[in-house]
Amino acid sequence: MSALLLVIILVPLVGAAVCGALVRAGAGPKGDTTAKTVGFVVSLVELVLVAVVWAMFVPAAPTRFQGELSVAWIPAFGTRFALGIDGIALVMIALLAVLVPIVIAYTSFTRSSEASAATGRGGTGRFPDGRGAGGFVALMLSLQGILVALFAATDVFLFYVLFEVMLVPMYFIIGRFGGARRQYAAVKFFLYSFLGGLLMLGSIIGIYVASGTRLGQASFDWTTLQHLAAQLPLSTQIPLFLGFFAAFAIKAPLVPLHTWLPDAGAEAPIGGGVILVGVLDKVGVFGFLRYCLPLFPLASQSLAPLALVLSVIGVIYGALLAAMQTDMKRFVSYTSIAHFGFIGLGIFAFSQQALAGSSLYMVNHGISTAMLFLVVGMLAARGGSSRIADYGGVGRIAPVLSGLFLVAGLTTLSLPGTNSFVSEFLVLLGAWPREPVYTVIATVGMIFAALYVLWVFQRTMTRPLRGEAVLGGGPGAASAAALGGVSDGGLRDMLEDDASARARARFGDLTGREIGVLAPLVLLIFLLGFFPQPVLDIVNPAVSATMSEVGVADPVGPNGVAR
Amino acid sequence: MLALLAADQLPPVGPATGAASAAWVLVALPALGALVLFLGGTRTDRFGHVVGVATVLGSFVYGVVLFVQALALPGEERVRDLPLYEWFGSGSLSVEFGLRLDPLSLTFVLLITGVGSLIHIYSVGYMSHDEHRRKFFAMLNLFVASMLILVLGNGFLTLYLGWEGVGLASYLLIGFYVARPLAASAAKKAFLMNRVGDVGLALAIFILFQQLGTTQYTEVFARAGEMSTGTLTAVTLLLLLGACGKSGQFPLQAWLPDAMEGPTPVSALIHAATMVTAGVYLVARTHPLYDLAPTGQLAVTIVGAVTLLIGAIVGCAYDDIKKVLAYSTVSQIGYMMLAVGLGPIGYAAGLAHLLAHGFFKAGLFLGAGSVMHGMADETDMRRFGGLWRHLPITFGTFTLGYLALIGFPFLSGFYSKDAIIEASLGGSLTRGWLLGGAALLGAGLTAFYMTRLMLMTFFGAERWRELTPRRAPWDPQAESEARPQAPEAGHGTRSDQGSTPIGELDHSAPHGYHPHESPSVMTVPMILLAVGSAGAGAFLVIGERLGGWLEPAVGPVGEVSDAVIPTGLVPGIASVLMVLGAGIAYLSVGRKPVPVERPARVSWPVRAARADLYANAINEGLVARPGLWLSRALVYLDNRGVDGAVNGTAALLGGASGRARRTQTGFVRSYALTMLGGSLVLVAALLAVTLP
Repeated sequence: MSALLLVIILVPLVGAAVCGALVRAGAGPKGDTTAKTVGFVVSLVELVLVAVVWAMFVPAAPTRFQGELSVAWIPAFGTRFALGIDGIALVMIALLAVLVPIVIAYTSFTRSSEASAATGRGGTGRFPDGRGAGGFVALMLSLQGILVALFAATDVFLFYVLFEVMLVPMYFIIGRFGGARRQYAAVKFFLYSFLGGLLMLGSIIGIYVASGTRLGQASFDWTTLQHLAAQLPLSTQIPLFLGFFAAFAIKAPLVPLHTWLPDAGAEAPIGGGVILVGVLDKVGVFGFLRYCLPLFPLASQSLAPLALVLSVIGVIYGALLAAMQTDMKRFVSYTSIAHFGFIGLGIFAFSQQALAGSSLYMVNHGISTAMLFLVVGMLAARGGSSRIADYGGVGRIAPVLSGLFLVAGLTTLSLPGTNSFVSEFLVLLGAWPREPVYTVIATVGMIFAALYVLWVFQRTMTRPLRGEAVLGGGPGAASAAALGGVSDGGLRDMLEDDASARARARFGDLTGREIGVLAPLVLLIFLLGFFPQPVLDIVNPAVSATMSEVGVADPVGPNGVAR
Repeated sequence: MLALLAADQLPPVGPATGAASAAWVLVALPALGALVLFLGGTRTDRFGHVVGVATVLGSFVYGVVLFVQALALPGEERVRDLPLYEWFGSGSLSVEFGLRLDPLSLTFVLLITGVGSLIHIYSVGYMSHDEHRRKFFAMLNLFVASMLILVLGNGFLTLYLGWEGVGLASYLLIGFYVARPLAASAAKKAFLMNRVGDVGLALAIFILFQQLGTTQYTEVFARAGEMSTGTLTAVTLLLLLGACGKSGQFPLQAWLPDAMEGPTPVSALIHAATMVTAGVYLVARTHPLYDLAPTGQLAVTIVGAVTLLIGAIVGCAYDDIKKVLAYSTVSQIGYMMLAVGLGPIGYAAGLAHLLAHGFFKAGLFLGAGSVMHGMADETDMRRFGGLWRHLPITFGTFTLGYLALIGFPFLSGFYSKDAIIEASLGGSLTRGWLLGGAALLGAGLTAFYMTRLMLMTFFGAERWRELTPRRAPWDPQAESEARPQAPEAGHGTRSDQGSTPIGELDHSAPHGYHPHESPSVMTVPMILLAVGSAGAGAFLVIGERLGGWLEPAVGPVGEVSDAVIPTGLVPGIASVLMVLGAGIAYLSVGRKPVPVERPARVSWPVRAARADLYANAINEGLVARPGLWLSRALVYLDNRGVDGAVNGTAALLGGASGRARRTQTGFVRSYALTMLGGSLVLVAALLAVTLP
């Protein structure tokens, strides 16, 4: 399996190189088309390979990591190119493997991506300056390769390098293929992440030094450093923990380090947004689980209140701001901030259920956000705008789009039967015994989630036809504008029918390909809603290991709390 | 000690065998129907209603089979469990997806699929002109499937799944007329207020898991006594919050009247007969917890008593036929809550009233729908009058439902409501007087508002003869009318075609109302429900048939002790109050002409009732407005505060960041430079520590 781990890192990277070369060599639409096809095929191959890894993975294995591989890299410092996956890393790699083909297909082969002239309004899902999707596909594949390596890294230094390197393709995805304010957003994204990375670098050097003095042999090896944790006093752990925590809290992002995300999410092309919020941000959460907790158990426990407060603020703050957004892509970003709050609560409540819930949440939120982003992209591609106020009554002219928008919304508000419910409920259920106050506040956040989702749905999909994006300009718009003032039933009906027919023709419902892009996500949403246990079986052992590394006992036994 | 007692009272839980081993089919059939109709799209338009009716009818038939099978079993073997698979689990938590087949759940299965089938059939006719009829049936099937999961689930998590599932179906169906702005708002309001209740339900589940390490009914109920009284009180109060949300009980009652924006069959099935009674089901289902928590029980009775009065008072003031029925539902569910809050003496009475109410209120709503069908979708009773001549079957079935509801002797309500009143008179002196008094007063008010509704709709002058129908469900007038305080916005006649008198372009119903009886696909279900309305109460209550059947699930029926009024007098007193209420209604609307325009100058109680006793105003002032202010403040903070501080710091520190922003290449170079710098620092640091 260790060879296979290497393969699933290399396949997308090689694919990226090929796509890049094709775009460059073809110099025009032809090269672009070939690149898109090649990229899509590569992403499918990767999906199959990851499925094989999933099948080979043994949930009940006694070791923390499977498929371990270690090659000397810079012998002078003892850094190694060391790989190995646990259950949490595996599910993240699998999530990425599912999302990348979907993103590539969406960007390359659907009506929403047709490279027509940019409309000038931010975030329509179309690329600026007639840029082809080939370059985007190449960047996406390279990002995938880097992220797989990052999730599989068992050397802290290797992790750090990949943590920084992954910014580069994402920076270009936002900066080259984004909306009107893409430069600003890309730079902001970069500065935040980079600042966090530097703080983490400080901590990495610190722990390296500490390992040298305590163990006699300085090391970057994760397992060695984890054993070191038992020897580090709290006063040493706290500053080291904070360096990691800052980097991950920016990435995840926790309030108040979140403001880069709405800009990045709104300006990134839809496909970029999916991977940015769906997977790349999860590196922060993954970092909490893999690095903060096991490497600094004492600091994690003593600073948990800080993380919990930030998380719970995020749940409410993100939800209220999501409700007030006027732009759909910014709306999606703020809903994610609220969800990251739930994940943070689950991690720092230290219980088996909450940690498992957070791990599962990483996967589920990736799926939900992807769904929401893509549907918003399909809507925006039709109306030429991502402003909520530009839409109204879309449900009447595009029922399939509207129905899938609702499905995306329902998984965002964690309706039972959808995937998100299981993870959110596990987080809250698990957090309750240890952190009742924070849990109650976060549970109230469930109401706000319903509010922001249904409000956006109401404004865009229901009510009479409304908004420039739906009704368009020209003669139709005049009669449509008149609708507002007409109270007479019959006349109103006639005008409405007229406007409705014109809008339906102009707007159009989802095409077969677009439905094909969303279908796997819809399937996963309900499949993981009713049958999440296979994923939990993969995640549970890693969570138990993390619990014992932190050195906390599960608060609830098989028969409840001890009385 | 308490634990042993509780465990002793509970019957053993056996495995489901024979016909019951495939009980999941009950849920699967309507769920499959919904799936086919949702995914099939317009291809299934032609036969969608057939699929919808057939699947629910199939579930009903299977439900009857299960019921007969259960009847054949001895009482102590009637509680059975059908585990299906592990839904999710981690550590000590294992949530099982399974069904619990006992008299309580089977009773609900029969109610849901039986009344559900009738309403499905009725809808074939009622929705025949709607181009989205297929979608309607898909949603209705989704509702039936969710509701069956709610009542059949064998643990709190399966309950929660069904609980929010019916909430979704309700949301979709209230908002079914997508073009009506009020429908969308009402749907959202219903979902949100339900979610408030759901938070209570969720927190109760968290506590149960923390205390007992499980969320399955069998274990939770068997070990309920292990929890302290304080914990049990907390759990029961939180469950009550959930029940209040779903059942439209005080203080979460404001969504239910608004839910009447949905198609009338939906009002009948979801917002009268089944979903809104889920709160009553919840209390009855978790009775082993409530039986150990007297404070929780007291809270349930108080909520029930307060709500039954609120519903009855507000119901007296409305002119919209569906809203009067909606407030009547709120009030009647109040009775049921009051009953199940009383403990063992009330469970059977409350559930009997629930079943009887399922029949007569569904029948009344279908009757109202039939009236609307014949009256161009009009709901304002001031525009009705004298309709008995034109809709004879509707009038007949409606009258039976009406008599059953007000408790006319020997019809359903007479037995089921009197049983509740009798039970509520027991206990301490204050308690008996307050609860029993509220229940009796409610009976009088019920007679008043229902008689008023009957007289305004079916009797008196035919006021509609002078009027022109107001058409288009999304007509702006409909909106301004529903919000009496709102100015008459959008009432102008601005249009491209010049001003046209209202009604002239109205093709479907030119000049006036043409009341007509509905087709038999609609009247037959109404007749069947009317038969149920008449007979259900006597059948269920006399000889404690229902009490005996339910005993394995909710325990034996207790005796009313220390009633403040001798229980033998209750039927007499209730009947006197009923006649009094009906008589006052006759004096106020039966003897003098009803003005078509609603009188504006009215006394303050009427004003208060018309404003829903200010429930919406209170919600608005306490929750909505402060929430909006807070959100606005946060948006400002986010833009100016958090982001501003960051941008400001960036400008201060970087200085050149503005320039970097403009040129992409310049920035990457600077990034590379920084990377290089960082790497140098790193290498230097590493060398420094490794060299010695």
